[in-house]
Amino acid sequence: MSAPLLTVADLSVRFRMSGGRTVAAVRDVSFTLAAGQCLALVGESGCGKSVLASALLGLLPGNAQVRGAVHTDGRELLAADEDVLAREVRGRRIGLIPQSPAGHLTPVRTVRSQLAETVRELTGVRGSGLPDAVAAAAARAAFPSDHLDRYPHELSGGLAQRAATALALVGDAPLLIADEPTTGLDRELVDRTVDELRRHADDGRGLLVITHDLSAAARIADRVAVMYAGRVVELADAKGFFGSPGPRHPYAAGLLAALPEREFTPIPGMPPELDALPEGCAFAPRCGRASAACARRPELTDGLACHHALDPAHA
Amino acid sequence: MLELRAVTAGYDRRTPVLRDVDLTVADGEAVGLLGPSGCGKSTLARVAALLHRPDAGEVRLAGTPVPGFRHRAPRALRTTVGVVFQQPRQAADPRLTLRDLIAEPLRATGRAAEVADRLAELAPTVGLGGDLLTRGPHEVSDGQLQRACVARALVLRPRLLICDEMTAMLDASTTAALVGVVEDYRAATGAALLAVGHDRVLLDRWCDRVTHLASGSSARA
Repeated sequence: MSAPLLTVADLSVRFRMSGGRTVAAVRDVSFTLAAGQCLALVGESGCGKSVLASALLGLLPGNAQVRGAVHTDGRELLAADEDVLAREVRGRRIGLIPQSPAGHLTPVRTVRSQLAETVRELTGVRGSGLPDAVAAAAARAAFPSDHLDRYPHELSGGLAQRAATALALVGDAPLLIADEPTTGLDRELVDRTVDELRRHADDGRGLLVITHDLSAAARIADRVAVMYAGRVVELADAKGFFGSPGPRHPYAAGLLAALPEREFTPIPGMPPELDALPEGCAFAPRCGRASAACARRPELTDGLACHHALDPAHA
Repeated sequence: MLELRAVTAGYDRRTPVLRDVDLTVADGEAVGLLGPSGCGKSTLARVAALLHRPDAGEVRLAGTPVPGFRHRAPRALRTTVGVVFQQPRQAADPRLTLRDLIAEPLRATGRAAEVADRLAELAPTVGLGGDLLTRGPHEVSDGQLQRACVARALVLRPRLLICDEMTAMLDASTTAALVGVVEDYRAATGAALLAVGHDRVLLDRWCDRVTHLASGSSARA
């Protein structure tokens, strides 16, 4: 197997807040992503998923402290300076398909004008070649050419999503990050958006999808990473995770059981505050299997961070 | 409980979003309203919640024809309905703490004396413990804020709840938890429910019956 496209090693992000508080948003996260593969990062809102995406792109605010290492294409991203990130990484190595695309597009300019600017900047195509390059860029994300002269507010949620995807694809980045790409879309549109994203992985890109939508994750992902309170607690093959043998971490099992097509029962309690995390397993206070052993924090070994993992064969 | 007859509504009289729609929710009944984005289901929810005046048609609430909408709706009718919207951030005054957010309908209707008692009941019901009630919306997650918005919708003990895509922004566990809160309330009080959404699996599981609102056309439900 070739070297992974993206290697994240022991990534931690902490925010310094007023009054000396520290919020540990991401803790010791490690994973790799290969070309042609899709990894879905799932978890409840506020578990640190989007902070992780921002860290990969160097888009964190000034009060963030980042530890660890992120490698892509022989380059370490966390230590890279802003100039390198802006000129060589964002858009060129890593394309971001943002949360709420309608808010990401410039409201006062048409889709054509925004695509043209991005094509010019990232590919250097100018002059008479530009209109064709813009049309081609729109076509890659299945954005209809007769809508190119519309403004963002004239687009439906699905089309705004495709416009944002078209922008993310212009630089031909080998790695795509989609942050909650399906929030607020109806089920049909979710399926279509997810299938379109999947095509970009099938074309040989690496795709990191951040989502709380488990059905969308099940549809798109090869592997799934479950995040809880800033940590990856389970990293598994998506087919086995959503199907048989099923999840092994009690939190992951609880999330899946909460789906309306399954038991529809919530996990008791709420996630811990990220500025007051317990010493041991952060899920223990909500976990039916917790014991004294859980006062010691379980490390992620063999794709699982739990002292009392479910035995999927009997679960 | 709720009756919409031949309701036509929208934001421009020439191109109404809803045309000639009928919808009935019986006392204590849970009705799911399903439809693709842009079909007018949120507009319908707003009409049913007396927040949007229809261009034509009749709305009856608890057997009474609704004489006016928004600020023209009589208080006794308005307080019969509790509403939860899709986006808690847009539905919450950013200056209020969660405690004041939940208590707001009591204060607005001159029942400030009940605030302490109702909060003590509702906060554990929706799972808001610790210091969460003293925080502002920007200091809590979407899920926590939506829990407060559900508590606010229940604070006046409405006989009809309208949930417009209440769980679209939420993860599976918070979704199941908040649907559980609504169902516990309904079991205890016999309140009716109109749940608007696009997730068929969810509405099938949640409601007594599910009805469709087709795009741009009329519905008979």
